[in-house]
Amino acid sequence: MKKKFLSVALCLTMVASLFTGCGSKDDSKKDDSKGKVYYLNFKPEQGDDWKALAEEYTKEKGVEVKVVTAAANTYEQTLKSEMAKTDAPTLFQVNGPVGLATWKDYCYDLKDSDIYKQVKSDDFVLKDGDAVRGIAYVIETYGLIYNKTLLAKYCGLDGAKIADASEINSFAKLKEVADDIQAKKKELGVEGAFTSAGMDGSSDWRFKTHLANLPIYYEYKADGIGSTEAIKGTYLEQYKQIWDLYLKDSTCEPKLLASKTGDEASAEFATGKAVFFQNGTWEYGNITKNGLSDDDLGMLPIYIGVEGEQDQGLCTGSENYWCVNSKASEADIKATLEFLNWCISSDKGRDKIANTMGFVTPFKTFDDGYAAKNPLVKADADYLAAGKTPVSWNFPTIPSEEWKNNLGNALLEYAQGTGKWDAVEKAFVDGWAEQYQATH
Amino acid sequence: MNNSIKKYFPIFVLPTLAAFIIGFIVPFILGIYLSFCKFTTVTDAEFVGISNYIKIFGDKNFLHSIWYTAAFTVVSVILINLLAFVVAMLLTKGFKGTNIFRTVFFMPNLIGGIVLGYIWQIILNGVLAHYGVTLQFSATYGFWGLIILMNWQQIGYMMIIYIAGIQNIPTELIEAAKIDGATSWQSLKNVVLPMVMPSITICTFLTLTNGFKLFDQNLALTGGGPSHQSEMLALNIFDTFYTKIGYEGVGQAKAVIFFILVALIAFVQLRATRSKEVQQ
Repeated sequence: MKKKFLSVALCLTMVASLFTGCGSKDDSKKDDSKGKVYYLNFKPEQGDDWKALAEEYTKEKGVEVKVVTAAANTYEQTLKSEMAKTDAPTLFQVNGPVGLATWKDYCYDLKDSDIYKQVKSDDFVLKDGDAVRGIAYVIETYGLIYNKTLLAKYCGLDGAKIADASEINSFAKLKEVADDIQAKKKELGVEGAFTSAGMDGSSDWRFKTHLANLPIYYEYKADGIGSTEAIKGTYLEQYKQIWDLYLKDSTCEPKLLASKTGDEASAEFATGKAVFFQNGTWEYGNITKNGLSDDDLGMLPIYIGVEGEQDQGLCTGSENYWCVNSKASEADIKATLEFLNWCISSDKGRDKIANTMGFVTPFKTFDDGYAAKNPLVKADADYLAAGKTPVSWNFPTIPSEEWKNNLGNALLEYAQGTGKWDAVEKAFVDGWAEQYQATH
Repeated sequence: MNNSIKKYFPIFVLPTLAAFIIGFIVPFILGIYLSFCKFTTVTDAEFVGISNYIKIFGDKNFLHSIWYTAAFTVVSVILINLLAFVVAMLLTKGFKGTNIFRTVFFMPNLIGGIVLGYIWQIILNGVLAHYGVTLQFSATYGFWGLIILMNWQQIGYMMIIYIAGIQNIPTELIEAAKIDGATSWQSLKNVVLPMVMPSITICTFLTLTNGFKLFDQNLALTGGGPSHQSEMLALNIFDTFYTKIGYEGVGQAKAVIFFILVALIAFVQLRATRSKEVQQ
C-alpha cells in the first residue's frame, strides 16, 4: 500500500513538473501591436533614473519599456548573451567605432529617425558609409576634479607654491603643488594629494582607458591622424610621469591598489581626504551625495608634461551611442524610436535627462532651458570660453577590451613593484598591433 | 514486471530524457559546432573550420592556466581529502556534540561560490594589509588563497561522505582486528581504508572535477590577477569569450578541449580507484 502510494506520488510530481513550464505565459494581456522597448543600459550610475523614466512612459503611452542595467564592466558580455535571446534588447549601446565593428550587423539605420534630425552635428553620430548606426546621447568631460575649499586652504598656507588654482597650468606645476600638499598633509588634514588610484575592476578604467587617452591623443595630434593600426607610444614617458605622480602623492600604498575600488576613491574625495580625483562629470551625483556642495567642485585638465599643454582643456567626448536593434520586429523598432524621441523632446524626458541624470546631450531639443546644472559641466564650458582646446576622446579607437585589460595589469604590476615599466610599454605598443591584427 | 516497465516507460523516462536532451545534448552539440565558427551571438554563426583551434596554441595565458589549474587540483585534492578524512574519523568516535560539529563543518558548502570568494577576498586582504600587499600581488598568494577557500568550503561535504562510509564498516571487522592484536594504525590501514574505498572514489572524483572546473571562486577572489597569472582554465575561457573581440569561437574551442581534458582525467581516476574497492 505504502509503495503504491509512493509511486503514485512520484508520478504526479513528474507530470506536474512538465506543466509548470507552460503555466505562466498568457497572463500578460498587453497589446503587442504597439511593440515594446527593451533598453540595455550601460551606465550603472543612472540605472534607477532610466527605470523611473520608463515607468513614466508606460503610464503615459501604455507601451511596455523594460530597462536592464549591466553591472559595471560587464556590458559586452551581458549584451552578447541578451542579443542571442528571442526577446533581445531593442535599444543598446556601443562605445564607438570599435564597438560598432562588433555590432554593425545589429544596428538599425537611424538616418530617417526623429532623433537624428535633432542632433546638432554629425560629430556625434557613428556612420558606416551613409548609414547612421549610432547616435551619442551624452557628452561627457573628465579631468582632475579638485576640492576648491581644500585647495584654497592650501594656497593660504605659508610657502604655498601657488596663490590660486588657475596657476596650475602644466605638469611641472601640478607636480610641485601635489608634492607640497603631500608633504603638508597633516596641516591640511588630508591623507594625500590624490585619491587612491584603485586598480579594482570598478576603478581601473580611469587609468587604463581615460588616462591612456592622453598619450594617444597627443600622438594622433602630432601625426595628424584619427586612428591607427600600430601605435608608436611617443608620449609614454609622459604617461609614466603622471602615473608615478598618482602613485606617490596618494592616500594609500601602491601595493594595496589591487583591492581599491572606485567607490573608495570617490568617498576619499567626497570626505575631504584628498584634494585631486581623476574622474568625470558622471561622478557628480556620487561625490555630492557624500557631502560636498557645488561650490567645492572644480576641474583641472590632466597635464602630463607635453609641450604646449598650457592651452590644453578638459577631455570631452562620448563613448555612449544609442543603437536600435535591426533584428527586432518592425513594431518594436517603431516603439523604440518613439520612446527615444519622447525622451529627448517631452518635458518629463528632458527634465530627467538634464536635471536628474545631469547629462549634456548633443540634441537641439535641450537648448531651451534644459542645460545641465552640474558644476563640472560648467567647468568645461569655462575652459572652452577661455579658448583652451578640449582633448578629444580617442579611446574608442583602442583595438579591444583585451588591450585595456593588459595595460591595466601591467600598470598595476608596475605600481606594486612586481613588474617593470617595460611591460607597460609592451602592452601599450606591441599589444596594440597584436590586438588590431586579431580583430581585423 | 517486464510488461509494466514497458507500459510505464514513457511516464518515467520521457520527462527526464527530454530535460536531458534540451539541457545537455543540444547545447553540447551546438557548442562543438560553434567551436568551428566565427560569431558574435550564438544564433548567427559562420563556419570557419579549425582556425579557432590553431589560435589556441599561440595563447600563452591558456597554457599557463592549464598548469596553474593542474597544480591547484593536485594540491586541493590531497588536502581536502586528507583533512576531510581526519575530521570524519574524529567525528565518528562518539564525542559529545558530534552532530553540532558535523553541521557546522558542513555549512560553508551551502554558501555560493561568488559570495564565498568575496568574503574570503575581504578576509585575506585584511590579513595581507598588515604586510602591505594584496591577494593580487602575486599568483602565489592567489593560489594559496584559493586553496584555503576551497578547503574551507569542501571539507565539510567530503566529511559527510566519509562519515557515511566509516559508519558502514561492520563493527565485527574492527573487533576481529582488535582481538587479533592489530594496533590502531594497522586496523586503519588494513580494515578501515579498504572498506571506505568507495567513498574515496567518490570524494576524489568530486574534488578533482571541482578543482578543474573551478570558476566562481577564482573570479571573485582574484579575478585572475595579476596579469592573468592566477587565472584558471574556466576563467580563461570566459575571458577569451567575452573580452577579445572576434575570439568567441576560440573561447568555444577552448571549452571543447577543456571538456575532453576533464572527462579524460575523471575517467582515468575512476578506473584507478575503482579497481582498489573491495566487496564486503
